[in-house]
Amino acid sequence: MSDDHVYMTLAEGHEDDARWAYGTGFEDPLHGVDTTVPEGVDAAGLAACCLALGDDALVSAQRLAEWCTRAPELEEEVALANIGLDLLGQARLLYARCGQVDGTGRGEDAYAYFRDPGDFRNVRLAELPCGDFAFSVTRLLVLSSWRLAHFAQLTASPDPVLAAIAAKGVKELAYHRQYAAEWAVRLGDGTEESHRRMRRALEQVAPYIGELFTAYDVRDEVVAVLRQVTEAAGLPMPVYRPLPGAGRDGDHTEHLAPLLVELQSLARAHPEGTW
Amino acid sequence: MVTTGGDMVTTVSAEARRARRIAEQVPDPELPMLTLADLGVLRGVEITEDGTVVAGLTPTYSGCPAMAEMRAGVAARLRQAGFDRVEIRTVLDPPWTSDWITPAGRRKLAEHGIAPPGAAPRRSTGPVPLELSATRRSVTCPRCGSADTEETSRFAATSCKALWRCRSCREPFEYVKEI
Repeated sequence: MSDDHVYMTLAEGHEDDARWAYGTGFEDPLHGVDTTVPEGVDAAGLAACCLALGDDALVSAQRLAEWCTRAPELEEEVALANIGLDLLGQARLLYARCGQVDGTGRGEDAYAYFRDPGDFRNVRLAELPCGDFAFSVTRLLVLSSWRLAHFAQLTASPDPVLAAIAAKGVKELAYHRQYAAEWAVRLGDGTEESHRRMRRALEQVAPYIGELFTAYDVRDEVVAVLRQVTEAAGLPMPVYRPLPGAGRDGDHTEHLAPLLVELQSLARAHPEGTW
Repeated sequence: MVTTGGDMVTTVSAEARRARRIAEQVPDPELPMLTLADLGVLRGVEITEDGTVVAGLTPTYSGCPAMAEMRAGVAARLRQAGFDRVEIRTVLDPPWTSDWITPAGRRKLAEHGIAPPGAAPRRSTGPVPLELSATRRSVTCPRCGSADTEETSRFAATSCKALWRCRSCREPFEYVKEI
C-alpha cells in the first residue's frame, strides 16, 4: 500500500488490471447492506420505482456532463459536473436495489449499459438536449424540485434500502435545487437577453412538466416552488399541458437514443470488460 | 486461538480494538490530512465469530468516487496488519452528515487551509423549504482569520467542498459544506 498514491490500492489484488477509479466491474454499491425486501412490500412496484428514479438520474447526469468544457464559467462547469456526479451515485444505488428486487439479480452495469431506449423509464424532460444555459437551469429547477419533493416522501418508504437512498439524496438535491433556483432568479431578473432566454426556456420545458405528476403526489409542492422562483425572477409561471405518451411507459423523444449510444458505446464494444 | 470462554472474549475484543485502530488511521483519498475516523465515514469495526474483520463505511455523497479507494485502503491496511479475512460493508443509514467530522478533523482541515463546516441544517420530515434570500453563513478565512469572506461557488473540486474567497487577505480557499 502506498500512501503517496492513495488510488493505487485500487489496483492491488488486480495484478493484470490497470483499473482506475472509474469504469465497470466495481463492487456492488450496496455491498453489505441488508437487502431483504420486507414483508408486505410490493416488489414489482418497488423495482419500477427504483428503475424510473435511476433512469431519471442517469440520463440527467449524462446531460449535465455534456456541459464539461462548455459552461459559461469554470465555476458553473464544476457545479454542473458535481450535480451530475451526485445523480450518477443515486442512479448506481437505485439500479443496485432494482436488481435485488426485480428478480433478475442484474447489477448496475446491466441497467446502465445494456438496455435499449424503449427499456428506459426516465421522464422525457431529462433526455431533451442541453439547449442553452437558461434551458439547462430551468430543466434542473423542475427536475430537482420534483425529485427533492419525491425523495423527501420516500424517506418514509416501507423499504429501508430505498428510504436510506432517499434520505441521503435529499441532502444532495437540496443543493441542486438551490443552485438552479438562484440561477433562475439571477437570469430572469437580469438583463433583457437573459430574461428573454429564461422565458423561452420555461415555454420549452412546460409541455414536459405534466409527465412528472402522473405517478406521485408531490404536484402541489413542486408547483409552489416553481411559483416562488418565477415570482422572484419576474417570470411567468409555466403553463403545462399534457403531452401524449409517457417516458415512464418507455415512450421517448428522438433524443434519448443518441444519448444512450454515446453513454453505452464503450461498454458495448467491450462487454464484461473492466478497466 | 480458541481458548476457554473468558480468555477468548478478551482476545477477540483486543483484536477488534486493534483492527479498529488500524482502520481509523487510513487516510481519506481526497482529504489526505484527515483519517477516515476524522471524516466520520468509518461506521464500526468488529470481528465476527469466524474471525472476519467487518468494517462499515458510509459514503459522504451518493456519487463520491473515493468510496472504492476507501474500501481498498481499509482492506489493504487490515491485511497488512495480519487480518486475513476482511469484509467492507456499505452503511447507508443514517446518512453521513458533516457534523460527524471530529474536532481533530476540523482542526486539521483549518491547518491545511480548508474551512471546516458549520452545523448541518436540521431537517424535519415533510417538504424541504427553499430559501431564496437565505442569510449567507459567515465563514472564517482559514488563512488570516478574517470573517470578511464570500462564496465564489457552492461546488468545488470534490463533492463535499465549496469555493470561497477572503476579502481581507484576497486568498481563495475551500470550505467543507454542511450536509
